[in-house]
Amino acid sequence: MKIPDLTELALRNLRESVLRNSLTTVGISVGVASLVAMLSLGTGLQQLFSQRLAKSGLFDTVFVSSRRDLRGMGREEERKGPTPGESRVLDEPARREMERLPNVSEAYPDIRFVTELRYEDKPHLTMISALPLSAKSNDAFDGMQGNFFSSDTAAEIILQKSFAEELLGKTPPLGAAEPKVAELAEPLLGKELTMRYAQRQASPATQIPLRANDATRNDAIPADDSIAGAAYSVVSREQKLRIVGVSDLDPETMRGPIRAKVFLPLGLAESLHVMQPTDLREISRAATDQPVYSSISVRVKNPAQVRVVEDAIKKMGFNTFSILDASNSLRQVFRVLYAFLGIFGSLALTVASIGIVNTLVMAILERRREIGIMKAIGASDGDIKKLFFAEAGAMGILGGILGVVLGWAIGQIINFGTNLWLKSQSLPPEHFWVVPLWLVVFSIVFAFLVSLVSGLYPAGRAARLDPVQALRYE
Amino acid sequence: MTTAPVVSAARGTVAIRSDNLCRHYRMGETVIRAVDGVSLEVRAGEFVALLGSSGSGKSSVLNLIAGLDRPTSGSVVVQDRDLAKLSREELAKYRLRVVGMVFQSFNLIASMTLAENVDLPLRFAEVDRGQRQNLARQALERVGLLARMDHRPSELSGGEQQRAALARALINRPQLLLADEPTGNLDSHTGTEIMEMVRQFNRELGMTVVMVTHERALAERYAQRMIFLADGKVVDDHPNPPTGDDAHFQGVQP
Repeated sequence: MKIPDLTELALRNLRESVLRNSLTTVGISVGVASLVAMLSLGTGLQQLFSQRLAKSGLFDTVFVSSRRDLRGMGREEERKGPTPGESRVLDEPARREMERLPNVSEAYPDIRFVTELRYEDKPHLTMISALPLSAKSNDAFDGMQGNFFSSDTAAEIILQKSFAEELLGKTPPLGAAEPKVAELAEPLLGKELTMRYAQRQASPATQIPLRANDATRNDAIPADDSIAGAAYSVVSREQKLRIVGVSDLDPETMRGPIRAKVFLPLGLAESLHVMQPTDLREISRAATDQPVYSSISVRVKNPAQVRVVEDAIKKMGFNTFSILDASNSLRQVFRVLYAFLGIFGSLALTVASIGIVNTLVMAILERRREIGIMKAIGASDGDIKKLFFAEAGAMGILGGILGVVLGWAIGQIINFGTNLWLKSQSLPPEHFWVVPLWLVVFSIVFAFLVSLVSGLYPAGRAARLDPVQALRYE
Repeated sequence: MTTAPVVSAARGTVAIRSDNLCRHYRMGETVIRAVDGVSLEVRAGEFVALLGSSGSGKSSVLNLIAGLDRPTSGSVVVQDRDLAKLSREELAKYRLRVVGMVFQSFNLIASMTLAENVDLPLRFAEVDRGQRQNLARQALERVGLLARMDHRPSELSGGEQQRAALARALINRPQLLLADEPTGNLDSHTGTEIMEMVRQFNRELGMTVVMVTHERALAERYAQRMIFLADGKVVDDHPNPPTGDDAHFQGVQP
């Protein structure tokens, strides 16, 4: 029989016992809905996480530190290569070199220092960190009140929420409700505070013995006595800063470069020449205004190229760290989660497919005579088989479509519900439930295939019916 | 009448030949010999009646000729096809192309309209929809049911249902019309109407007709030849009306 004829006959037969076939179809649709529900939850969660992680800037960033810092001793690459003492210094030329590497969008130093901020003549000691302008797109500032820095060198400052509480003397007791960021920002935005800091200033007098060849500074060769007299002075300075933003960011989160409570624009921070912890150790190498960085963050254009960039920087003689490995294992976790959700979703579909078998076996009993007639007037075993397959397949496709709609609707309701809850917790809305097109197509095709498999036994049984006996059957 | 006569086999050649045809059923310990060594020949274009009481094996013989059943032993050859040697698939093709069947209980599919019932064999033959509808109309016209083509079988009288079944048997233009008690469920007037139609098919379309019946009067009125069966065996076989030579058989019949 031709496919349009088959479809027509199959649909006609399904209509003949509407109730039973509808119930079976609903059974399939519930199975498909549970599959769609499970897989779209998985997809939604994965999207949510990967968006979050991509926005956090952790996955496209390589953290570079000097081997001279003796960090991560015992690591494999640590034992090879030059000893810490012979290693390169992480300074401005090194930073520029990294920025010139292919696939690198920027390389900026991590400037971080503890210093005193005065607000309304009260001193507050805190950790200050510098941010490049590119950090603006970082999700850390999603819930920020006010604005991001107007320029890279503006005398502006962004406060973390808990520091704002401290400035206002509003630190809530443990366990009490946190004040809203907006409430904290309102009295602070636009106000000025004063930062007191230690500035490192090169002493011109001691630069005389410097060797004519200034480039040695960049070499990995230990400095010799020719700059033994190098020195700089540390001067106490003040800088007025205007509060432009109050960030909602939790300082306890894992974001390395943002662990501070107060943020400055990077350009400004660099120009201040704040005394860095590395300065003392590297005094023999960099007794000029040229800073030595404790670490540099290198942003890669595409997370896929992190490894290449990391290798290139390692070749330059620095230690690197990226969250690439962490992201790989996260992907692994999601794959397992997916498989589990898929298996649970399929269970309901398996039950539904048993329903198909049941319905079709019943149909054979009922339509025994009809099958006999068809055979008597020339239907082959194959025709009968195809007819039952078509009925199973039609139920599968209808159930699949219905199931996708049902699963989507459940998802919308859950999305709506969670967002109501998130709103009541004053959190931004999220989409946990994502039904991508591939899932729609996959679910319907899967339901179709499952129902065809379910049709195997009934169709075979119907086809093997003996026409003489079937015709005798009343 | 636009349906062209089907005369593929010249009249007089052998259309059906069975040789020591047996069909035994096993019922527990006992073996039921429904058909037990039937040898007969039916010539193309003949109208043959198979007579016998119930259980005589006449329907079983018809089913074997129709290719609905397979012989236990012996052979049945229809137009040079040895049915015992055909595969299930080939047997289905044979039923589709060579045989048209009508039954005592009409056997129309209740959920389909007359037109759909009549064109069902064409669906199995994979004929295009348009052509199918044409042929179904022609067949229904021939049996005088064109006006009822969109009705369901349950809305028709028994005679009309049997006429629809005849139209369905006709639609693939088979050479063989097999009728199993075609008037069994009909009153005598309607039965006559149906038999006239069968005779018409036999004469005008050249179809070979094998009809199973237990009504001797009906057979005598329409059949050219009568074959009597009892206990799965042929007990008598003579032309109708009987020729002089066969006359003595008349008295022997039960």
